[in-house]
Amino acid sequence: MSEAEKAEYRGQVHQLQKELMVDWYRRLDESAGTGSPPAVSLLVSGNCVELLEAFDILPIYPEVNALQLAIRHQSLEPILAAEELGYAADNCAYVKADIGALLKGITPTGGRLPIPALALCNFVGCNTYVKWFEHVSEFQKVPLFMLDVPFLRTDEPSKDDIVYVVRQLRELVTELERITKRKFDYDRFKEAVRNSSQVEELWSRIKHLSRKTPSPFDAFFDAITLMGPLYVYRANPAGVKFFQAALEEFEQKAARGEGPFGSEKFRLVIEGPPPYPFFRVFRDMFAKWGACAVASTYSTVGGLWEFGFRHDPENPFEAVAMHMLAHNVTNRNYLQRYEQIRRYVEEWNAQGLIIHFVKSCRLFSAGQGDMRDYFTKELGVPTLYLESDIEDPRYFSEAQIKNRMDAFFESFGHTPAPVRARAAGRPGVDPGRPDGSSRLRILE
Amino acid sequence: MNTLAAGLEQTFDQCSALIRDLEFPTVVRWKAEHPGAKAIGYFPVYAPTEIIHACGMLPVGLNGAGDALDLQYADARFGSFICSIVKTTLELVLTNRLECMDGVLFSSICDSARNLAFVVKRNFPGKYVEFLHLPHNPNSTASHVFLASEYRRLTQHLEEMGGVRAGEEALNRSIAVHNENRALLRRLYAFRAAHPELLRSWELYALQRAGNFIPVETHNEWLAGALAELPARSGKRRDAIRVVVEGAFCEQPPIDLIRIMEEAGCYVVDDDFVLGRRWFTSDIPVDGDPIQNLADSYLDRSVYSSVRHDFRNPRHKQLIEKVRRCNAQAVVFLTAKFCEPAYFDYVLFKRELEAAQIPHLPLEFEEKAFTFDRFRTEVETFVESLLFD
Repeated sequence: MSEAEKAEYRGQVHQLQKELMVDWYRRLDESAGTGSPPAVSLLVSGNCVELLEAFDILPIYPEVNALQLAIRHQSLEPILAAEELGYAADNCAYVKADIGALLKGITPTGGRLPIPALALCNFVGCNTYVKWFEHVSEFQKVPLFMLDVPFLRTDEPSKDDIVYVVRQLRELVTELERITKRKFDYDRFKEAVRNSSQVEELWSRIKHLSRKTPSPFDAFFDAITLMGPLYVYRANPAGVKFFQAALEEFEQKAARGEGPFGSEKFRLVIEGPPPYPFFRVFRDMFAKWGACAVASTYSTVGGLWEFGFRHDPENPFEAVAMHMLAHNVTNRNYLQRYEQIRRYVEEWNAQGLIIHFVKSCRLFSAGQGDMRDYFTKELGVPTLYLESDIEDPRYFSEAQIKNRMDAFFESFGHTPAPVRARAAGRPGVDPGRPDGSSRLRILE
Repeated sequence: MNTLAAGLEQTFDQCSALIRDLEFPTVVRWKAEHPGAKAIGYFPVYAPTEIIHACGMLPVGLNGAGDALDLQYADARFGSFICSIVKTTLELVLTNRLECMDGVLFSSICDSARNLAFVVKRNFPGKYVEFLHLPHNPNSTASHVFLASEYRRLTQHLEEMGGVRAGEEALNRSIAVHNENRALLRRLYAFRAAHPELLRSWELYALQRAGNFIPVETHNEWLAGALAELPARSGKRRDAIRVVVEGAFCEQPPIDLIRIMEEAGCYVVDDDFVLGRRWFTSDIPVDGDPIQNLADSYLDRSVYSSVRHDFRNPRHKQLIEKVRRCNAQAVVFLTAKFCEPAYFDYVLFKRELEAAQIPHLPLEFEEKAFTFDRFRTEVETFVESLLFD
């Protein structure tokens, strides 16, 4: 194995992240034992953790538990347990790992997880969420709160969309008052939203550091490390402190001209989630080529802030609604994702796009062939399409992925023109159309 | 094609030919007969066709392409692990077969269909491609207000596109004619449950699905005609088990598969084929604000479905009620391959059926399947295990 393949990626921020997440699991274990503080399950995409923070409720994120199981190579056992129960081979493996783990009492750390006082299904784009929490509610015998967020099918959310979400958030407040037996404290909610807006500013500044060459961090792999605190601690002062430390560390690295490893040879955008069961192996494949992600869509699942959105503490309900409706990748429509990636390629000065199709997540993956078509044929961006899974270790073919990646990076030497030069002014053509006519449109 | 062949047998054959025809001859003819009028396709499962109709347009229910289309382009756009109907619908677009549609509607049924809506939007320039958010939270009164606003948004777009204003009166008339359509279908379903030997399931399926391609008024005539003629039909009862079919609410099974299920010993006494045509359990009111009535009915008067979420009355409880109501002995799950909503629901359906000691058979299909030997064997074995238990 070469030096690059054995690269050490960890900085101070990784250690701080670990401490925060270990503390979260410690508090979840305490809550399981004493019932205090109460815990509520919710989902990562466009989450409304600010409301929980206002009630001192501990969030449980089944996705974080599932990915922790996968990254620790413990996901297969609960997946198989769920399949015995009737889940299909082609159901989302996040759900299977979570349900299987619940029923078998498996947790990522070995500590206890509390029974949630409420399964809060924040439906933000992912239809699987609804089924998932219906099942969590059934199997754990806990009440279900459905928070229905209209999909972003227009450029911006309409007034009716915002009113609908705000009214449901207020209904949720009543439910949280019932659970906690506490009166809603509007000022605490504003404070939580203020914390979020500070974290978002810091996170956004970190993300803009990767526009530099070399990027001081990997905006896919290192961003994933930062995502745990982003969901659990975003509305809490501990989150602000963590992201201040992270920004400081990355700014210092940028000032020294240091990247996440050796020298930066390729700048990429990565679309889609990682293969968590082979997270390190996957990272090494990029490191070997000196390939650094300068932007990624997966890191915007919880929220998309690098284009300017911040929670507004003066209008906290509307701010939470806007975040859920419009400022996370999962609730934005597919063409808006193309646009997001196009901006990354151009503004973050990337040379290529990696599309990672994961079979579990149709929200991410359905249509990625069309996305590839758009980026290669319409914009002339070199694109590599890989397939595996986010959670199920049975769908990762290491040799095949490695071969495809090696071939992709080797072919870079033969790429005729810089990406942006080719993208500019190139008319849309689609040789795939039977009549030879163009059916492709440049996105407005 | 809008006129019906004489005799029931020919009617059913005519319908089964129509649902396989990817040239959409009835739509093309309707547009020729109504110069300037628009046709709006809608992807399953449900769409408020009343609104399209009230705007002077022809709603067309899309159901993929069955086995009649080889995929040349769409496979590469959607990749592995994605259901067939998503790919065949895109293939219809990419091969110009949906040119007779002026627009296509999608709704919030699943992640694949949601992404499809926007892939179609990119690849279908000049056409109206709309996505409706049908609410998942009927518990909240806010959902009634929201859905009415969503329907008004659609109405406004269609009015602008077609130049016809859908006033209250026109909308109520459309609701009434669609109520009649659903009532006739409910009567046909009741007739089949009582006399499965007189109305075969593939016949009812074809007759019902043909309604996706013709004006609702014409379909009402066809349905009423069938209802009038059916009692005089002759047919012998045979050894068969009464089953409810569940799971084929979006992608539709090949008609031969339904035939084979019956030949293998099943009387299908209820099903969820082409479910959008029977979406409401009772009539939508035809007085008052029609848009609000349509919205309220979606939230409070809908059948249960894997793509509609109403935790006030869980669908796994409703399946058991359905089985009891139509005196069925078993459930056959006919799940489209890679249909995640159906896959998920199977887990809780299975648990409830086992608790209620109702046998079930899980089967998977693809619309493009054309060999059914294994399918026949599985159904026959299941039927025998119940008949000779």
